[in-house]
Amino acid sequence: MTELQLKNVSFAYPDGTKALENLTLTVPAGKRLAIIGQNGAGKTTAVKLMNGLLKPTEGEVYVGDWHTKDYTTAQVSRKVGYVFQNPDDQIFHNNVELEVQFGPKNMGFDPERVTMLTDWAMELCGIRNVSHENPYNLPYSVRKFVTIASVLAMDSDVIILDEPTAGQDRIGLELLSKLLDELEGKGKTVIAITHDMEFVTDYFSRIVVMANRKIIADDVSEQIFYNHAILEESMLKPPAVAKMANLLGLEKGILTKGQLLSVLKKRDFMRGR
Amino acid sequence: MNSIIEMKNVSYRYPVSEDWNIKNASFTIEKGKFTAIIGNNGSGKTTLCNIIRGFIPHFYKGDLEGDVIVDEKKIVEYQLGQLGEKIGYVFQNPFIQVSGVKDTVFDEVAFGLENLGVEENEIIDRVNEILKLIKIEHLREKHPMGLSGGQRQRVALASIIVMNPDILVIDEPTSQLDPIGTEHVFDIIRLMKEQGKTIILVEHKMDLIAEYADNLIVLNNGEIVLQGPVREVFADPRYGEYNIQYPHVTEVALNLQRNGVQLKYVPIRDEELSESISWSGVGEGAYD
Repeated sequence: MTELQLKNVSFAYPDGTKALENLTLTVPAGKRLAIIGQNGAGKTTAVKLMNGLLKPTEGEVYVGDWHTKDYTTAQVSRKVGYVFQNPDDQIFHNNVELEVQFGPKNMGFDPERVTMLTDWAMELCGIRNVSHENPYNLPYSVRKFVTIASVLAMDSDVIILDEPTAGQDRIGLELLSKLLDELEGKGKTVIAITHDMEFVTDYFSRIVVMANRKIIADDVSEQIFYNHAILEESMLKPPAVAKMANLLGLEKGILTKGQLLSVLKKRDFMRGR
Repeated sequence: MNSIIEMKNVSYRYPVSEDWNIKNASFTIEKGKFTAIIGNNGSGKTTLCNIIRGFIPHFYKGDLEGDVIVDEKKIVEYQLGQLGEKIGYVFQNPFIQVSGVKDTVFDEVAFGLENLGVEENEIIDRVNEILKLIKIEHLREKHPMGLSGGQRQRVALASIIVMNPDILVIDEPTSQLDPIGTEHVFDIIRLMKEQGKTIILVEHKMDLIAEYADNLIVLNNGEIVLQGPVREVFADPRYGEYNIQYPHVTEVALNLQRNGVQLKYVPIRDEELSESISWSGVGEGAYD
């Protein structure tokens, strides 16, 4: 079980460009968290600090009881797996199965566990039927699932997904939904960076909003998407359902299709339809 | 009707493919219209784009049957370079479109015009204008490889629009963009349409398609299963059979319909929901 902690973390690139200012955040083990915000707000930089790809210039990052400054990226990434935004930055094998196997094998797991994890991850990501294909013959959306499987197979306690819904169709979204449930069942922490507000409200209750290199809100989704000040500062838009609820003059706090439908059905019932 | 792209019974398969990747596709795209190609991943959207822009058969081999006509001339009679001037193509993945041979965003956007042999002062003017239009002036001196996904996606769009092609084929231009950036890209596409360009777009974000596009082509397993004006296609009961996303509001309304609510019509935009379900409001004046 691994808790993640950022304490007053700032990060600047070697040329002095500031990327993050004074981030404080705790993610308890086994919880889900979505990070949202505009392009350039610092989301990807923030998660790269969590798995040790970057080290803070100020402040401390703790992965469990490890202070990331004292450990190598290779060590930290055993606890915190990061799925890159661009699958092509990650894939380097010419066969899907070999790609997924690489992580657990490299970590020195015994062959049985490697096979078990590889099969589990490929099944969960819906790529078992293409296990012998070259990843580069697969569409972008499927390559993304290849990279997710590669990280899942490493069995880390924390999994970070960077833009998992980019380019996904309904089938891909349904797969992600199943995957999140399975990971929750296994007690894994999942942190997702996303621009897809429907995905956020359907699957995440705790939301961190970033804007201009800072965390400007950390709250449950009902508080975030009905708070004009936050939406304005972060230049985010509420999900379509919130817009519809607002247009219909319904009460605040409705975010998912399920919530909207149940409110509408109740109203219809009361009007004797 | 002034058609600019026409396909008649087009089938295609890639060189090593056993099955046909596109099966007997026929459609006409009118000049100046905005057509969206939708369908689940693997249904043939990008392949269809590759046929429209002549990469099939000029670059990819394989078997192509039927006729593809662009601006009254068969596509096989064009040279690939001629098509490149007529049809601009924005890649699905902005990480591979950036040329890799230019050190600044300004030079990257100028690259296409340089290759067309445009005179230097004109290049500078046109690039400046486009950087402003796409709102990436602040990136002009940055290295293209150092940009974020969303920034690259905008640079990729700019470097095609600057060449001023008659037809724009755009493959998922907003997959890496935040909501405001996405809307901004759609506003640019709308502007292109107002300038008389023909737009062909591949996209999964149905709310935006409902808002901006004129016509839809729906692909399923390489076959065109539905086509027509956006509103008619989303309202067609057969659309539901293909497990493709609906606009969010359409999904909500159809669910209500299944639960016995009468729909005046099938809404495709958020603001149509209230009227389409004859919503009488909760309290007086709860909404406009």
